[in-house]
Amino acid sequence: MTGVLIFIVLALVAAAAAVAVTRTRVTLGLVASAPLAAMAIWTAFAAESDVLEGTPLTGSIGWLPTLGVSFDIHVDALSLVFLGLISTIGAAIAVYSAVYLTDLAKARRFLALLALFAAAMTGLVAVDNIYGLFVFWELTTITSYLLIGFEDRKGSARAAALQAVLTTGIGGLALLGGLVLLSQETATTSISQLVANPPTGTVGTVAIALILIGAFTKSAQVPFHSWLPGAMSAPTPASAYLHSATMVKAGIFLLFRLSPGFSTDPIWTPVVVTVGLITMVIGAWRALRQTDLKLLLAYSTVSQLGFITALTGTGSPAMLHAGLAVLVAHALFKSALFLTTGSIDAIAGTRDIRVLSGLGRRRPTLAAVGVLAAASMAGVPPLLGFVTKEAAFSALIDTGQWAALAVVAIASVATVAYSLRYLWGAFATKPPSPEADPKGFDAPVAPMGLVLPPLVLGVAGAVTGLFPGLVNRFVSAFQPGKLPLIPGWKPALAVSAVVVAAGVLVHWHRDRVGRTQDRVGSLTRRLPSGDRAYRGAVALLNRVADRTTGLVQSGSLPVYLSTILVATVSVPAVAWFSSGSSVDLHPLSVSVGEIALAALVITAAVAVTRAPSRMVAVLLLGAVGYAIAGIFVIYAAPDLALTLLLVETITVAIFAFVLTKVPRRFEQERSRFFGRFRAVLALGVGGFVTAASIIASRQRSGPSDSEIYAELAPTAGGSNVVNVILTDFRALDTLGEITVLAVAAIGITVLVRGLRSEPGEGT
Amino acid sequence: MSVVLAVTAGALVAAGTYLLLQRLLTRIVIGLGLIAHGANLVLLGSGGPPAAPPVIDGSGAPISDPLPQALVLTAIVITFGVTAFLLALAYRSYLLTSSDGVEDDVEDRRIAGFAGGGST
Repeated sequence: MTGVLIFIVLALVAAAAAVAVTRTRVTLGLVASAPLAAMAIWTAFAAESDVLEGTPLTGSIGWLPTLGVSFDIHVDALSLVFLGLISTIGAAIAVYSAVYLTDLAKARRFLALLALFAAAMTGLVAVDNIYGLFVFWELTTITSYLLIGFEDRKGSARAAALQAVLTTGIGGLALLGGLVLLSQETATTSISQLVANPPTGTVGTVAIALILIGAFTKSAQVPFHSWLPGAMSAPTPASAYLHSATMVKAGIFLLFRLSPGFSTDPIWTPVVVTVGLITMVIGAWRALRQTDLKLLLAYSTVSQLGFITALTGTGSPAMLHAGLAVLVAHALFKSALFLTTGSIDAIAGTRDIRVLSGLGRRRPTLAAVGVLAAASMAGVPPLLGFVTKEAAFSALIDTGQWAALAVVAIASVATVAYSLRYLWGAFATKPPSPEADPKGFDAPVAPMGLVLPPLVLGVAGAVTGLFPGLVNRFVSAFQPGKLPLIPGWKPALAVSAVVVAAGVLVHWHRDRVGRTQDRVGSLTRRLPSGDRAYRGAVALLNRVADRTTGLVQSGSLPVYLSTILVATVSVPAVAWFSSGSSVDLHPLSVSVGEIALAALVITAAVAVTRAPSRMVAVLLLGAVGYAIAGIFVIYAAPDLALTLLLVETITVAIFAFVLTKVPRRFEQERSRFFGRFRAVLALGVGGFVTAASIIASRQRSGPSDSEIYAELAPTAGGSNVVNVILTDFRALDTLGEITVLAVAAIGITVLVRGLRSEPGEGT
Repeated sequence: MSVVLAVTAGALVAAGTYLLLQRLLTRIVIGLGLIAHGANLVLLGSGGPPAAPPVIDGSGAPISDPLPQALVLTAIVITFGVTAFLLALAYRSYLLTSSDGVEDDVEDRRIAGFAGGGST
């Protein structure tokens, strides 16, 4: 069973490659949606197995077994809910995208990214290993970055994508830190075992705080929420996928996954509930003010994500049950609304509430889809949004969370109001206003592909509302709970009624509400906001990077070399002196000839550094070489001596050739301080070489390897062991050496002759 | 390894480093040549005290370690190639700019200027 899932994920990756060769947008849509449809079918089959009775499907692909890293697959009821959403909504959006993006090249690129994103998301919800989780988590970050920045010619889209990837990327690092801490503390890398044996104590709390930062950045919770409205610069189908069913739900998925075990930690409940409720209120408040339909949906998404986050805070089964149900409802109605918005944009050429007018009469089917989805968002019976919100109210009432209930109710009033604002803004016929410019209505009739997918998703919200058992079968397998269509005369129903009534009232007085919002907005403008913090942090980061680069990367070759040399000398020297070892300095027998030649070499070398002209320096270098050839003779190396004599002679000749072209005398050194510094550094490096070679050569513990060469030389057909080594035993080294010479010769030819052949540049 | 050889190698590397740490390409090439000589002496010295040349002549006398000699032989030839290439580079550099000096990297100076100017 899990093998088939792996196959489907691979098929998604293959589809991402296959769309590149599609010729028409119809095949494109088919190729991209087929693996997702297969996954939906797989989910339906998996539901027939024991998964919903509490036996997860498991499997494992080893990756780095010695490090305890493997892709352990663990598909339980929670994973199935997410897999169902990823696959069904993904398939609908894939079909929609192939119609929505009229340019075939763009559509190909988009659907390839979408398929990769779906694959990463599938891995994320199905994997049980914390490192596997992190890998898929980051893969969703990267693919979502490419989707958000899809319009890569637009600076605003690139900036929004960067903000999304930086925010969620930093969160991802925090998540990794938390996960590593947890695995060190509990000695397991399995998520299910972590939840079964949650960590305790300070380390556990720190780890949980880090994981929460990761989840909050991904799910756009205050104060990290500002990337989500910016991400609306993505093509609308991408927004529909990322912000209804997938990307932002990844953080929520983690909260659901960990909450049953981790909510006993002292910080989990207060932090998660508080952050969730604040996000819910701020998102709803902002959504009420938007004039762009897509931004309205974006802030509404922030608000709904806050709602779901808050429900995962207490870890009580009833709350988690309600939370997961709300999540399913949200995925359905929000994807339908985003797709509807995309269709409005395609038909009318605008998403601006102030411009749109009379669309509802002209496009009744689209308007019906919008009403169906928005009513579900507002919580109107008998839609899934109503059923699940009732479950949330009941859970809050039953556990006596009166303060949380009040906040949720107030935010829900705003939800009703902005749902109405969406419908009014998109479809109502408004009195003509100065901004109104009812253009684009003569656009061609919307193709079926732009209406059918949102219609299916909207109808799904209605069907599952009428038959909530379809959803509850999955949700109650995660945490037990009921999801009735008719809740009975309970307090929760009263709350719903009051909320809807108040929401309608708020929409009715929208002008007055708008003025109040403007007044509050002018008061809170100076308060620190997440967006401003982000921009400040990025500016600071750039400044620090510039300073550091300017300091470290000066561009001066002598400075770089000095840095390298100081490190080369000081690190081993410190290690040597701190080790407290001593060296045996007994003098070995030396001949008089060796001492005399060494004195000659040293004198000539020092003289090279003081040479006033280039020619003198080169001749002295030649003297050094000849003296060293003498040392080679003393050390019984006739081959070396002969070769060196030859090479030194040619080198001096080449130098002489070059020196006829450049001035004979050296220019004066510019800085006297640096002159002294490099003398000191040069002496340090020289002393280091002397000390290191004495110390190292005293450490020999066995005979030289080359005894075997001497023995084998006759079998290789030679008596000169050095020659046999070069031409036989280590012949490949010699081949490499010849290659180096050949490359150098080609380079020299080009450098010297290439210039002469250029016309008009005589030398 | 004899102390004399070690000191000689150190002196060669010191003189070579001194030349390496400045900007004229011809001096840098000469410095590299000196450092290469020093490295060759270290290699040679690692073979231990001298004995008979490493040629099998049937006498059975102990021979010098042939492996360091083979390594030095390779190093001499490689150094020759590198030196010749660098000299050609210096030659061309002089033809193009009338100087064989190595100037600071322009891009790096520009980045350092950003930090000084404070704008990004």
